Amino acid sequence: MISGPYLLLALMEGTVMAAVLALTAVGLSLVFGVMRVVNVAHGEFFMLGAVLAWFVAQAVPGPAWAAFVVALLVAPLIVAALAALADWAVLKRLGYEPEATIVATIGLSYILQQGALSFFGPDARPIEAPFTWRIQFPWFGYSGYKVAVVVAAVVILLAVWLFMNRSRAGLVMRATQIDRDTARAFGINVDRVYALVFAMGAGLAGLAAVLLVPIQQAHYLMGHDPLLLSFIVVIIGGLGSVRGTLIAALVIGLSDGVISFFWSPTLAKILATLFVALVLVFRPQGLFGERA
Amino acid sequence: MTKLSTVNMPSRRSVLAGLAAGGAALTVPGLGARFAQAQSSAPIKLGFQLHRTGIGAAYGRWYERTTQAALKLLNEQGGINGRPVEVVFEDDGTDPKRGAEVVEKLTSQAGCDLIFGPLFSHVVIGSAPRAAELKVPYLVCSEGFHVASGKLNRWTLQPGITDVRSQVASMAPWVTQNLGKKVTMIFPDYAFGHDHRDFFTEAVKAQGGEVIAHVAIPPTETSFTRYFPRIPKETEVIYHVMIGPAVLTFCKELGEFYGSGARPQIFGFIDSLEAVDMGAPGLEFLEGTHFWEGHCRNLQADASESEKAYRAAVGVDGNGASVSDARDIATYAHMFSCWETLFLIKNGMEAAGYQGPADRQKFVEAMEAMTAIPEGLQHPQGDKLFNGKTHQVFGHQNISRVEGGKLIRVHRTSIEDGMYPDAVDYTAQSF
Repeated sequence: MISGPYLLLALMEGTVMAAVLALTAVGLSLVFGVMRVVNVAHGEFFMLGAVLAWFVAQAVPGPAWAAFVVALLVAPLIVAALAALADWAVLKRLGYEPEATIVATIGLSYILQQGALSFFGPDARPIEAPFTWRIQFPWFGYSGYKVAVVVAAVVILLAVWLFMNRSRAGLVMRATQIDRDTARAFGINVDRVYALVFAMGAGLAGLAAVLLVPIQQAHYLMGHDPLLLSFIVVIIGGLGSVRGTLIAALVIGLSDGVISFFWSPTLAKILATLFVALVLVFRPQGLFGERA
Repeated sequence: MTKLSTVNMPSRRSVLAGLAAGGAALTVPGLGARFAQAQSSAPIKLGFQLHRTGIGAAYGRWYERTTQAALKLLNEQGGINGRPVEVVFEDDGTDPKRGAEVVEKLTSQAGCDLIFGPLFSHVVIGSAPRAAELKVPYLVCSEGFHVASGKLNRWTLQPGITDVRSQVASMAPWVTQNLGKKVTMIFPDYAFGHDHRDFFTEAVKAQGGEVIAHVAIPPTETSFTRYFPRIPKETEVIYHVMIGPAVLTFCKELGEFYGSGARPQIFGFIDSLEAVDMGAPGLEFLEGTHFWEGHCRNLQADASESEKAYRAAVGVDGNGASVSDARDIATYAHMFSCWETLFLIKNGMEAAGYQGPADRQKFVEAMEAMTAIPEGLQHPQGDKLFNGKTHQVFGHQNISRVEGGKLIRVHRTSIEDGMYPDAVDYTAQSF
């Protein structure tokens, strides 16, 4: 049996996973919370972030860290702009009807995936990490960059929380979330709010992906897993509840890390899916969601 | 999407040869008059089942280039039986379900005479039954033991590349004698990986060594660190073979896991780094480790003339990269199989006097009659021995050591090292 220091490694891997997951899922949760749109294309926005990061990093001359920083700033913005465009061109025209938007975002996901296949190609491409510092424990080594990803994710999530709770734009979003019609009656431009939320949700997924690319490489099929895991996290946490999403991401990430190490990654996935099923049966609104 | 590879127009010589052959056929009594039309100089159409997209895309890109280069040479040399040859490439997305559809499409819609080229074993296993139903020869380049095990059928052959069982059996003695006797295996958790697991474990045991742990990783996995604690501390040799788009991540994370601490010897299949630059950041730890290579990626000091000519024809430089883009690394250890298979098709069709789809059975029988395959421009990887009963070819394997970021061959097995008793006699099965 594996023991001792490897529990530390398991927890570290779990934390990295939880950080990326939280960043990805919070976008999905935000979009559902405010717009009541189940965005099936969320995983493809994640993929798009990674793919665009590769293009940006290629185009920027100079050291690896400079290219990475530019990619980190530019790629999520392009993803967000594309998402705003999709909102305007597709979702708005469907009147944000729940069933129609699900089908529309499924279609959108195919368009994005095949677009990436056409322009980026079928290969996995790496981006160099901004630094190669490694933490050397007595029992194993660990990538310093992965630790940096966790720190970055915490900072970004904190910024999202501040934005939602302390800024005027956040207030408007929350008002729209609570009651779309009343918000409109108070002169809030709901269409603009929706475009902004959809862009922000996709941008967060893109940001998570850029952080992940130096660890995992960009690939046109990489959107599947984040989508599935985000849904798991969001369902457990409660659709629309940002706090629930964060807690669920931490639980799923850490338990996946520990279960993967001591038993098997497949078992971790089985248990996570089982957990989702149980939540849906006994507490359909999620652990932290409010009853609709 | 179908991409027709437009072949050079038949040269005057090949047309004349075709006419001559047609004329000769006319003189055969009873046959010529009736099949004069079939004896045309119309192109022979070969279907190529290509992993252009999906997890096998890196292989697909180079399999297509290699086949195009082989096709060019083949047509320059007069084609098959004096007829020009066309190859129809069809993408299967490295997906077994689509694989079976591609076999169907190439046979029924594109009207191909036979199909060759697929690599990934789950795709081959998923597609081969359809080939048998359609009674179309299916020549795979997959390394899997599924051909020689008897699992597939009489229409499926693997004449271009040695199977995993033979590869690992031939190298196990070198590994146990030079690197260590306590081995931990890391492999993808599907058919191809299971061949490695079953036969390398068996071969190491025969050498007095032991495989002390098996670490199976799902082929679609993207994160690997969590698997490495399963490697027992007393491991002397790590044996790794990984496939798919995440191979670079796998190797980097293995390097990070050991870091600057003590680590076991490492012996890998180059599959874990096919199409990946050995100089990529994070791979420095591979210096001094060993790899299996079907065909040496770096041009070796003692390379044969045919090896050099082949390398030039497929557009690969001395470092195993594309001559037009140094970052585009070839799947050099495997892609020779497409080249060699195409020339074996030529020889098989000519031996069978192949005229058209009605002669497909004759073609398979002609292939089964093959034995020794000499080294040369048609077979730059080396000489081989084909076993008609098991439909499997046997060849030499290379073990290379990473020195200064280059793969330098330190051992080449003999064909006999990889022989094993027949598990099937396909020739006794009906068509």
